[in-house]
Amino acid sequence: MKYQRDPKRIRDALGKKVQFLLGDMACVYGGMLAGCSFFAGYPITPASEVAEGAARLFPRIGATYIQMEDEIGSIAALIGAAWGGAKSMTATSGPGFSLMMENYGYAVMTETPCVIVNVQRTGPSTGQPTLGAQGDMMQCRWGTHGDIEALALAPSTVQECLDFTIEAFNLSEKYRNPACVMTDGEVGHLRERIIIPEEQDLEIIDRVPAIIDKKKFIPFMNSQTIKNCKIPDFPTFGTGYHTYVTGLTHNEKGFPATDKQPDHERLVKRITEKITNDASKLVMVEKLNLDDADIAFVTYGATARPAESAMEIGRKNRYKVGVLRLKLVWPFPEKEIVKLAKQVDKIIVPEMNLGQIVHPVREYAGGNCEVISAPKIGGEMHHPAEIYKYLEGK
Amino acid sequence: MKKEIRICGFGGQGVILAGFIIGKAASVFMDYHAVQSQSYGPEARGGAARSEIIISDEKIGYPRPLGVDCLVAMSQESFDTYRDDITDDTIIIVDPDLVKNHNIGRPLYKVHAQQIAEKLGNKIVTNIVMVGAFTGIFSLLKPEAVKESVIDSVPKRFTELNIKAYEQGFEAGKNAIKEL
Repeated sequence: MKYQRDPKRIRDALGKKVQFLLGDMACVYGGMLAGCSFFAGYPITPASEVAEGAARLFPRIGATYIQMEDEIGSIAALIGAAWGGAKSMTATSGPGFSLMMENYGYAVMTETPCVIVNVQRTGPSTGQPTLGAQGDMMQCRWGTHGDIEALALAPSTVQECLDFTIEAFNLSEKYRNPACVMTDGEVGHLRERIIIPEEQDLEIIDRVPAIIDKKKFIPFMNSQTIKNCKIPDFPTFGTGYHTYVTGLTHNEKGFPATDKQPDHERLVKRITEKITNDASKLVMVEKLNLDDADIAFVTYGATARPAESAMEIGRKNRYKVGVLRLKLVWPFPEKEIVKLAKQVDKIIVPEMNLGQIVHPVREYAGGNCEVISAPKIGGEMHHPAEIYKYLEGK
Repeated sequence: MKKEIRICGFGGQGVILAGFIIGKAASVFMDYHAVQSQSYGPEARGGAARSEIIISDEKIGYPRPLGVDCLVAMSQESFDTYRDDITDDTIIIVDPDLVKNHNIGRPLYKVHAQQIAEKLGNKIVTNIVMVGAFTGIFSLLKPEAVKESVIDSVPKRFTELNIKAYEQGFEAGKNAIKEL
């Protein structure tokens, strides 16, 4: 039986409107509010509480929780569930995210909406399981083989864990591409006040279903419902639209077409351009004190918090410093960086890794200003003073 | 106003629940901003565990404490491990039965939390006794708000036991002030 999103039932399961909640749990709440009806996962610190929360709450709203044998199976299950009509999600951390990489690409190639919450911990390999990091930011962009566009959000607060999980579902459904919530062990394990948004304040986007005459339906080409849209209509399994789904390069009918260059180029360009053509709409940034700034911190996720504290200390010490916080990290807000680099003398990029997002920042700054990496690894977030010292040029 | 509170003990004592209750009291049952974080070893039981809460009337940026305004210790190991950054202004609350070596050459508040919990019939509520003592000694949160937070955070069938633990802890805290 098809799952019907029931706002009352969801709100009854979530409980009070204002809560003091764990970041990981807020991702579960976000998924439920977005209409997710299928969670498949394998527990891993510091993401286990997402699975735990889904196991506890999903059955109460008629949604499904499955603990899989591993993370490869988990994402495979998400893809199957999505083709069965469900909005599906999983949660993992570094080692599990690595295992998911092949099927992450399969989801891109088959244009399957699904959401992956990555509560990042330190790596490489098993690393520091209980401690946070931001080491998978490039992996979600480039970790699977071939040419893809990534959709990735980075929450800085527990409220954003909820809000951005909803947003990830909306982006994923709209573009028929997997979307990642790139949180981390710091934010995932924080507790803060959250306010569950009212139903009328929620924007919930669902994939566009195939509705045209079944004989005229072509599954892997521009929408046959919306004009000039590169996102195909979704033929849910069981609705009578016979569709062949493969990770092989396929023609517009979905059948393998692996030996001709134009077929591959047409397919992969459409899959990537459906996102890149919307780049101007796909910008989610927060700007703090940038109007008069000659120094900027470009930051995201947990690190934005000590960066904002460092900015406040800097302002008290007469540094004209501001913050550009990337809420949506991928697609990368190229134009924002170009503009910022022309305004300021220096951009400092603090990250809980040895320098990842600093690279696209440097690329789009294009030599217009100095770009400095402010890395920290080892499972601790930067202390505000550690970021502040970069203002002093130390 | 910004206050930083650290509650420490051994894993399994409920120091994280204690911090959760205090953070919830401040941010859900009162109008403060609050952040609670924790650190603990890989063990499920034992080892030194700590829960840290920041309470502020402004938005909280950096979510980890920069100092410690109040330290609550429920085990010797955690007291020895987590007090290196205390200052002369830090308010320290210990259970002297669990932190036997608490004589560190300065006054501190002593609350026999575990004894109180045992008299109530279950030492599992030692953490809630300490939440009460903290509320009584560190006059930041409204006692009613913390009580509501306790009720909201414990299993329903244990509500009564936890309310008693909280109230007796609060009284013990007030007495500890007199005894200082």
